[in-house]
Formats: sequence, C-alpha cells, structure tokens
Amino acid sequence: MNISHHIGDELLLEYATGALSEGWSVAVATHLAMCPHCRARLAAMEATGAQLMEGIEPPPTTETDEMSWSLLSERIDTVDQETSGEKPIRYEPRKERTVPEPLYSYLGGNPDEIKWRSLGLGAYHFPVKLGDKSTSVRLLRIPAGKPVPEHGHGGRELTLVLSGSFSDANGRFGPGDFEETDDDIEHQPVADPGEDCICLAVTDAPLKFKSRIVRIIQPLLGI
Amino acid sequence: MQIAMENGTIARTPPPPTLLAGRAAVPGKTKDARSRMDDNADGATAPDFAKKIEAVGARQDKQAFEVLFRHYGPRIRAFMLKRNADRQQAEELMQETMITVWKKAALFDPARGNASSWIFTIARNVRIDAYRKTNRPEFDPNDPAFVPDEVIPADEVVQMGQSAERVRSAMEVLPPEQLQLLKLAFYEEASHSAIAEKLNLPLGTVKSRIRLAFAKLRDALGERP
Repeated sequence: MNISHHIGDELLLEYATGALSEGWSVAVATHLAMCPHCRARLAAMEATGAQLMEGIEPPPTTETDEMSWSLLSERIDTVDQETSGEKPIRYEPRKERTVPEPLYSYLGGNPDEIKWRSLGLGAYHFPVKLGDKSTSVRLLRIPAGKPVPEHGHGGRELTLVLSGSFSDANGRFGPGDFEETDDDIEHQPVADPGEDCICLAVTDAPLKFKSRIVRIIQPLLGI
Repeated sequence: MQIAMENGTIARTPPPPTLLAGRAAVPGKTKDARSRMDDNADGATAPDFAKKIEAVGARQDKQAFEVLFRHYGPRIRAFMLKRNADRQQAEELMQETMITVWKKAALFDPARGNASSWIFTIARNVRIDAYRKTNRPEFDPNDPAFVPDEVIPADEVVQMGQSAERVRSAMEVLPPEQLQLLKLAFYEEASHSAIAEKLNLPLGTVKSRIRLAFAKLRDALGERP
C-alpha cells in the first residue's frame, strides 16, 4: 500500500490521549491498521504521554500506598492472567478480508457484502451504527469518474479511501489515504476513472449537500 | 521505531543491577532509586521495568509486580487525579490499571514499546472506560488485513529500546508553552479546541504548537521522515 496522505498531528494526538470520540476514532484506527508510518508516530506520542505520567511527582510514600498494596496483592491472587487479548476477534482462516479492523466489525463484513443504499445518481452509502451519536459514520461508493455530491461542512470531515481513488483540490487520494477537511471548505471530490471509489466518511454534522435533488431527499435518507 | 518484529529478540544493553529489588523496595528507597535512574538517563542503562513485566507474565512473579506497583502505582493515581477524579475514584482506577497490568503481562512485547508506554496506554484505556460509555476503536495486529511494519535493522531496534530516555531528554528542551499544551492534552484528555478555549489561544496556534512539539520529539527519536 502506497499511502501519501496521513493523519495530522493534532488529530493523532487526540486519539493518543483518549480525547477523540468513537466515530472519528473508527477512521483514525482503520488508517492506523493500514499505515506503519502513522503507527510509529502514535507510538512516539504514547511514549510522550508515558513520560508525562512518569514525570508527575507523587506525594511521598504514605500509608495509602501500603493499604493499596495489601489490597492489590490480595486481589491478584484471585484473578486469572490472560494469555490472549481481552475479547480476541476470531478470524476465519479461509475468509478474505478486504478492510481491516476496527472497520470490518463495524460493517459486519467486507464492503461487497453489505447492504448498500442508493443515494441516486449512481452513488451509494452504508450508514455505520455506533454508540457515539455526536458523529455520523458511513461508507460511500462513488461511481468511477463521477463527483461526490458537492457539499460544505458543518465542521470536521474525515475521509479514508478503501478502494479506488478520488481527487479534489488537496490532491489525489488512493487506498489508505486519509483526508481531513474542516469548517467551511467547499471541496469537490471526483472519483477517478476506471474504478468505483469506496471510502469511509465521518462527519460531526449532517452533510449539507448542495445538489438540489440530494438536498430534497437528504431528510428521507437520514444522512 | 517499529510495532511488530519478526521475533522477540532485541539487542539491548545489559540491564543494570536491580534498583528496586523485590520486597526490599521499602518506602524511602524509591527516591534513591529514581535519582540513580536519572543519573543513568543518557541511555546506557535504566531500571528494567520491562523485565519485571515479563517476570509477572512468565511466572506470576509477585515480587516483580510489587516493584512495578511501588514505581507506577503512585504515578498512575496522580495521573487519574488530574482529570476530575476524587481520591477514592483515583485509587480505584489505579487499582484497576494495576490489575490489568497483572492480567495482561504475558501479552507485553518489549519490541513494541517500552514498559512505561505500555502501562500508560493501559491507564489511559482504564480512564476512558471509566468516563465514556462508547468504545475506543483500535486496530488489531492479528488481523489478516492489518498491514505489518517493515522489518527494522537491528541498530535501530537498539535505539527503540532507549526511547523512553530519549523522549524524556527531548521533552526537557521543549519550550514551556509546548510542554504546557502536551500536559493539558495527556493529563486532562483535552481536545485541541478545549485547549484553545482553556488557554484563550487561537485554534491555529494550538495546532501549530502541537506540530512543532512532535516534530522535535520525533527528531529526537531519530524517526526517518
């Protein structure tokens, strides 16, 4: 995978500190699964957080520590150690996965196995259900050579390309590439010819589609 | 830096004599041990908490676990207190973190990061779980669709083993306004817009300080561009 558009420091820091809510984190963590470069950057940030935690000068050892330790040493006698992850995902050896975790589990399958809904004009989407109601997360499928309906944003939008590619004012975005746009930027992504573009899009407000047709059907589609 | 190595073997400098040897780690000694650690901070040696985690993982070594608790317990509690927790809650979250360290010690892979980073990420996740009802989605290195790292040459792996010390010394020369911002981000889990509001700074200033700080830290870690 030849990734040329990465996660910005500010956004990655929010993921590293835990400030980033679930919806955004789906896009960030899925890019991380595809991008060793950004994982190395995340590791550097976590090492920084670790040193900040190390750097907190705790109060001198007190009775509290002794009480903590006696409680803790009792508790560990009763818990079992784990030899694998907390809730390990079971990977079926024969099943090919075309998107990585965590996205795969959110979709419940590969993009060619999910139930796409028509947006009209040959475009499709698949809304992803999640507990975080402050964002909306969806897969988009834009036909080759066609524009994504023009839209401005109520705020941040993250886009992660899964297959195919699109181009806009910021360049060309292929598989694994990550785009972050903000506020009132009007951009006009167009899927490149040759292959439909499937991407994950996360927004914090309903998209304001400018196309009249899409604007009329927007409330019906719930996007 | 690397996430996954082909094997677990890392060329490390020999560990120093154990500084907080098991049950000998009594109150008062901790301070000595820390200042000795700082004397050695230029990278050659440091107390090997990674070995302690491995001992807990391999043979449920309670003495090794106590060494970890004596060092990290008070710091984790203080870290929890930074984000609105009361003392009781901070104590509970610290205990939860240490129990998780005990349970997951066998999963610790020193090739994927230093001991402090590993314990910090557990503390962070415990804190997120305590305050938030939704998930924190994560990638899974065991996923067949996960794109693994390139194999890193051995000399760079050695540098990785020292990264805690290198991060610490790089942080010492960060300008105070950048350090303040990182503290707010990590201690209080503040988003950059929350930081901007709290410090009464334009959002663009906060973002550029974040970028400057990490450019310096990555440089210190010798990351290839």
